[in-house]
Amino acid sequence: MSLLQVKDLAIHFGGVKAVDGVSFAVEPGEVFAIIGPNGAGKSTIFNLISRIYEPTRGTIHFDGKDITGLKAHDIARLGIARTFQNIELFDHSTVLANLLMGRHTHSTTNFVQNMLFMPKVRQAERAHRKRVEEVIAFLELEAYRKKMIAGLPYGVRKVVEIGRALAIGPKLILLDEPASGLSVEESQDVAFWIEDMRRDMGLTVLMVEHDMSLVTQVSDRVLAVANGRPLAMGTAHEVQADPQVQAAYLGTPGEEAA
Amino acid sequence: MELLQLVIGGLANGCIYGLVALGFVLIYKASEGVNFAQGDMMMLGAFIALGLGNSEQAGLPFGLAVIIAIVLMFGIGWGVERVVVRRIFGQPQFALVILTIALGFVFRFVAGSIWGYTPLVLETPFAGMNLRGGGIVISVSDLVTIAVTVVLTLALWAFFAFTKIGLAAQAASQNQMAAYIVGVPVMRINSLIWGLSGAVATVAGVLYATRGAIDPNIGLLGLKAFAAAVIGGLGSLPGALLGGLIIGVVEPVAGRYAPGELAKMSPYIIMLLVLVTRPGGLFAQIQMKKV
Repeated sequence: MSLLQVKDLAIHFGGVKAVDGVSFAVEPGEVFAIIGPNGAGKSTIFNLISRIYEPTRGTIHFDGKDITGLKAHDIARLGIARTFQNIELFDHSTVLANLLMGRHTHSTTNFVQNMLFMPKVRQAERAHRKRVEEVIAFLELEAYRKKMIAGLPYGVRKVVEIGRALAIGPKLILLDEPASGLSVEESQDVAFWIEDMRRDMGLTVLMVEHDMSLVTQVSDRVLAVANGRPLAMGTAHEVQADPQVQAAYLGTPGEEAA
Repeated sequence: MELLQLVIGGLANGCIYGLVALGFVLIYKASEGVNFAQGDMMMLGAFIALGLGNSEQAGLPFGLAVIIAIVLMFGIGWGVERVVVRRIFGQPQFALVILTIALGFVFRFVAGSIWGYTPLVLETPFAGMNLRGGGIVISVSDLVTIAVTVVLTLALWAFFAFTKIGLAAQAASQNQMAAYIVGVPVMRINSLIWGLSGAVATVAGVLYATRGAIDPNIGLLGLKAFAAAVIGGLGSLPGALLGGLIIGVVEPVAGRYAPGELAKMSPYIIMLLVLVTRPGGLFAQIQMKKV
């Protein structure tokens, strides 16, 4: 059974059909990429899956469960984590605090226990810290542990956001343009991390990306979208070779005249 | 000695400004706007305590009356967010300003029609009690005010620093989008913060009422508390308290030693001075965007 199944998803903002009838299924353990020109509706699909937007029509199933009616704050608990194209972190907190915040849905201690800092709370805090330290080691963030987000370089903040998503302990991770704005070496790191997430952590990855070399390197299947509609699906090479996809990126001959 | 006396009275006053300013900051962080009904929430809380506790009214024991008033005002604050404020979510900040100014009118009208516009005195177990020593007189209500403020501040600090809900509230105030995706129910947290702000306002109102008569217009004190919040940086809880204390102390001292009406202007003079020299407030949390 597919881990994520999107059927006939659509959202219209007034007359603008940002997403209009997109369907796809992501299998467990797969790296699935969505590509398309700017404004194609890729990030909107992410916002629909993470329940920030309400779809005009269509359904989203995760792990066999219909999540179309859930709230944005229910998604993390189910095991879906994400990053944002424009980086959404807690800027006035440390890297460590940001990652620990990823453990929020796993916190089981109650208000009174918290206020009195009871042994159970200390024990839980140690477990969360251990999990977060594993993420720090994986992403090589050791040097930044106690640094404030606001003062960090763009590339590091991007990695911290991936770290927070991993700290959630998800089954599915949505990466919104993980390589945008990164140097060649940094995006190579991202490629290795994505492979490790799949191989060592058993994660399923859904990503939106413009960097075709990254997409080709890591993804099993690619979905190309343009103007909110699906164009082609297949391996990275198949999709790149598709005449409709090429037309969407480069324009069809004679279009300018029309 | 006279100065010490003024300072102690001023500190007690400042605690009340500080607590109302705390309410401003809480809501500023949750709803990203200023609640101009904060002073009126303080007034309403004080009147509910008076209505429940005074012998001519419901006649409950003082402590019980205050606790019920705090719980009721928590509910009112919570309900205001749930029913009214949430509807303008995503609108420009100014919508919240107009909305809360109107709410203030509603609260004043409600209090006026229930309790009238003649000043009333809250009956307290320590009314009129004073401590003397070393040539100064300190009223018990001043000491109670300072002690309650210290305890409440520590409790709020522990709440935000250690509890799951408190941390979630901090997260939501820093970045709502990020808070959502780690599983924080941002809307529920906002309701809770409005409730908390109503509860804190009630404590401030009761403390204010232990020091003199109240009428439905005492909420105008909120303007001075707003100045205190701005002095502190509008996003900082310790800053709000400090701002309140500064205004509380400067006012009586200026009243004694400075000419004429300067005392009344002093909160706003300090606010302007802070805005000119440190535009972000004493505990600035908002960094300038480097372009």
